[in-house]
Amino acid sequence: MSDINVTHAGAASADPSSRFYVREHHPENGTLLGFWIYLMSDCLIFACLFATYAVLGRNYAGGPSGAEIFELPTVALNTAFLLFSSITYGFAMLAAQKKNVKGTLVWLAITGVLGACFLYLELDEFAHLIHEGFGPWRSGFLTAFFSLVGTHGLHVTFGIVWLVTLMFQVGKHGINGANYRRLACLSMFWHFLDVIWIGVFTYVYLMGVLP
Amino acid sequence: MSDLHHHAHGHDDHGHGHGHGHGHHDDELHAHGSFKDYTIGFILSVILTAIPFWLVMTHQLAPDTTKFVILGFAAVQVVVHMIYFLHMNSKSEGGWNMMALILTAILLFIVLTGSIWVMYHMNANMMPNMSNDGGAMHGMHDMQ
Amino acid sequence: MHEQFDLAKLIFGRLSWEAIPYHEPILIGTFIMVALGGLVALGLLTKFKLWGYLWKEWFTSIDHKKIGIMYMVLGLVMFLRGFADALMMRAQQAFSFGDSHGFLPPHHYDQVFTAHGVIMIFFVAMPFVTGLMNYVVPLQIGARDVAFPFLNNFSFWMTTAGAILVMASLFVGEFARTGWLAFPPLSGILASPDVGVDYYIWSLQVAGVGTLLSGVNLVVTIVKMRAPGMDLMKMPVFTWTALCTNILIVMAFPILTATLAMLGLDRLFDTHFFTNELGGNAMMYVNLIWIWGHPEVYILILPVFGIYSEVVATFCNKRLFGYTSMVYATCVIMVLSYLVWLHHFFTMGSGASVNSFFGITTMIISIPTGAKIFNWLFTMYKGRIRYELPMMWTVSFMITFIIGGMTGVMLAVPSADFVLHNSLFLIAHFHNVIIGGVLFGLFAGVNYWWPKMFGFKLDRTWGVRSFWLWSIGFWFAFIPPYILGFMGVTRRMSHFDDPSIHWLFQVSLFGTLMIAAGIGCLIMQIAVSIINRKKLADVTGDPWNGRTLEWSTSSPPPDYNFAFTPVVHDNDSWADMKKNGYLRPLKDYVAIHMPKNTWAGPVIPGITFVMAFGIIWHMWLLVGVTFVAMLAVAIYHTFDYKRDYYIPADEVTRTEEERTRMLEAHV
Repeated sequence: MSDINVTHAGAASADPSSRFYVREHHPENGTLLGFWIYLMSDCLIFACLFATYAVLGRNYAGGPSGAEIFELPTVALNTAFLLFSSITYGFAMLAAQKKNVKGTLVWLAITGVLGACFLYLELDEFAHLIHEGFGPWRSGFLTAFFSLVGTHGLHVTFGIVWLVTLMFQVGKHGINGANYRRLACLSMFWHFLDVIWIGVFTYVYLMGVLP
Repeated sequence: MSDLHHHAHGHDDHGHGHGHGHGHHDDELHAHGSFKDYTIGFILSVILTAIPFWLVMTHQLAPDTTKFVILGFAAVQVVVHMIYFLHMNSKSEGGWNMMALILTAILLFIVLTGSIWVMYHMNANMMPNMSNDGGAMHGMHDMQ
Repeated sequence: MHEQFDLAKLIFGRLSWEAIPYHEPILIGTFIMVALGGLVALGLLTKFKLWGYLWKEWFTSIDHKKIGIMYMVLGLVMFLRGFADALMMRAQQAFSFGDSHGFLPPHHYDQVFTAHGVIMIFFVAMPFVTGLMNYVVPLQIGARDVAFPFLNNFSFWMTTAGAILVMASLFVGEFARTGWLAFPPLSGILASPDVGVDYYIWSLQVAGVGTLLSGVNLVVTIVKMRAPGMDLMKMPVFTWTALCTNILIVMAFPILTATLAMLGLDRLFDTHFFTNELGGNAMMYVNLIWIWGHPEVYILILPVFGIYSEVVATFCNKRLFGYTSMVYATCVIMVLSYLVWLHHFFTMGSGASVNSFFGITTMIISIPTGAKIFNWLFTMYKGRIRYELPMMWTVSFMITFIIGGMTGVMLAVPSADFVLHNSLFLIAHFHNVIIGGVLFGLFAGVNYWWPKMFGFKLDRTWGVRSFWLWSIGFWFAFIPPYILGFMGVTRRMSHFDDPSIHWLFQVSLFGTLMIAAGIGCLIMQIAVSIINRKKLADVTGDPWNGRTLEWSTSSPPPDYNFAFTPVVHDNDSWADMKKNGYLRPLKDYVAIHMPKNTWAGPVIPGITFVMAFGIIWHMWLLVGVTFVAMLAVAIYHTFDYKRDYYIPADEVTRTEEERTRMLEAHV
């Protein structure tokens, strides 16, 4: 229960009410936990898309299968881009911890470029497929493919927009409390996207080419 | 949609913080790992990525075996990312981060396996003429 | 000429003058009433120069109390619309037999039952529950606001934007005719090419963002902002249920978002998630939407269970019986709610093994709820019960909800469900638990916390009238559907030919009219209370001899809630403080750090509303422009780092001294 017994005796002479309040109280900042919880909810969106891919992923409807359209070397290159961008963001965070504005900005820029390369390759893949008539309207499999990979790509896009915005803000205000929190949130977001990509390249691409 | 999620979250960092000084101390405690951590994570991830790609591209094992193996590698790599990049541990945010992750993982499992199990049965009972393209449900035709 | 045509299409999409329902007298009549009422309201606001006040004090407020009240106002307004739909349905079914076809053709009737369900769940129950949690939880945990005040305001306006979209469908275009869950292929582009399903999808997507962010907000608030000494097992039960509810929200709403997005893609871009051809699978939609749908009903009921716990303890002057088991029961319900979803579609064909599994889990989930009922009963046993309105609603809930719950266990048996699925029995069951559970709980909660929110109690006489009309009218309205469903009558029908069952529909209409009278009494209760507010005033802040921290503040509380943050030593912290001779500190107040109001909270959802409208009507230029605008405004907003201020110590002193004076005058 409570420690009433211990304090009551001593408090008998003093104001007993003072046990029940404090003059100043600063609750802990909840931004990082809140963002993490939001990421968990984002995980569930991807869970639905993965589940849909699991159910529809072999419905070729007479159209092409994964083995026929996936180019694994390109996927490997894309995976490399994303993985490298994860570590360069890590370096950006290390610089930010040391309040090194220039270092942070440089590593952020490199991360952004790597992310953009990832997106370019992915958009190129999509464009090729659509050009050949294998767009998301062609079959259940292609619908599931485009939506899962496309949603991931959309997230990367917004990550880059956020990254560029943050670069301006860090350039303007340096690494103050708010900016550090924002960098930490984007860090979680960026790494989380790489985690999702592990699922994508394994379940969609690698398993997709297997019979 | 997802863009709204993102932008709304751009805003929540205004630090409801009581005193930016205090907030600052909180964040310093959220260690963002070290150069060593990132390097180890990176190298492990490269290995855990290269092997699955190699297995699939060179047809080393039978397809079903390959599927299980690469899924296993993926699971391990996710854990590597969690530890080395996301600094996941049971202490951060008083254990709430870990709990949120575990609950999400459980629900992810339920959504995925539940959907696959249910939809397999639905398809088997209600769509009997669907051509057998193989598929995620492969090998489950004895279930009723 | 050709280019001009394309430009018009780019700007107006498929919107044209035909979208206005000139030929529907009911809608035209409604529009005229709404327009007149709206003009009067806007006129009065302008005359009394209230726009500035509304914008500064309410619309841009980040105060959880104001946002909570706005949510509840939204819920109440939408409740009147949703009930109008109910009344129309009951009337149609009571009249439409044999040669008579009532007054609602199927095309219209189908929109009515769809809108009724969508509105009641998403724009009445959810906002009301969210509003109460928003108002009460920070006060109960001794905090000054929620963790993310800006997000709170933003979430409210996103929900409102969704509600306005649904209301807009009355007068511009039409609503979906698919039922409140919009199953494909009926909701696909081939069977429903019109804007109805698009209104449905986008209003829910917009509102869903608000709900999800509100979920994150409240979880972090409860985890991070509890007063010193308030361990998890010392939290009030309502806060516990709020925590579990918001965890459910965070873990369930993304599924709705993803599924509706997929349906939207099918409709807009000819994808094949749920189509009949080219590899789609409509059953997958049903599967996914119910994985969301079942946790959703627990999102609705868990906070209300929390309300009952507070009410029973307070009005029995006793600590709640079995606090620990209450907490565990709530957590168990939270997890189990993810393991039962298939019971909503036993008949879709998954077979005996799958059906058995889910039938068993469904029966298991009723057990923790039973435990809660026993805990409330044991609390009441040998308590000195005061039958104020909140307690009366609680007793009515117990009787009504238990019966509804039992019919649920009947439905949980798959073989029985094959007879009862989608019959009026099902309708009776879920209205039984939602009205008996959620709605009665909201009435209890409103009567309970109203004095805290507004500084005066609600009138008891009109409240009692409302209570009896609801409690009895409910059974007249819903026993007939139980009987009819048992006999095999299907839901969502607008016409019947068997005269032998006619009388049952007439009885049901009678019950609905009783409920309508009950709602009338509720409105009277509010009106009379406002008029008599000085007589009904709550001066002490603790009109019910409450047990939790919100009752330690004035009624209404000051902006900052607590001049000094309370320190907690035991459950029922306020009861503990009173028992140990707590005296309110009277001096040495300090400056208090508070967040500023926000213009972006209303503005960004406003732009989102326009964008959603554009998507619905295929006005792609508008969509492009508003999308960019939304992004730009959001990014611009993040450049604002100065979003807080300090309430000076002497202002705090003045407020607190004012309260001291009131308390002394009252004694």
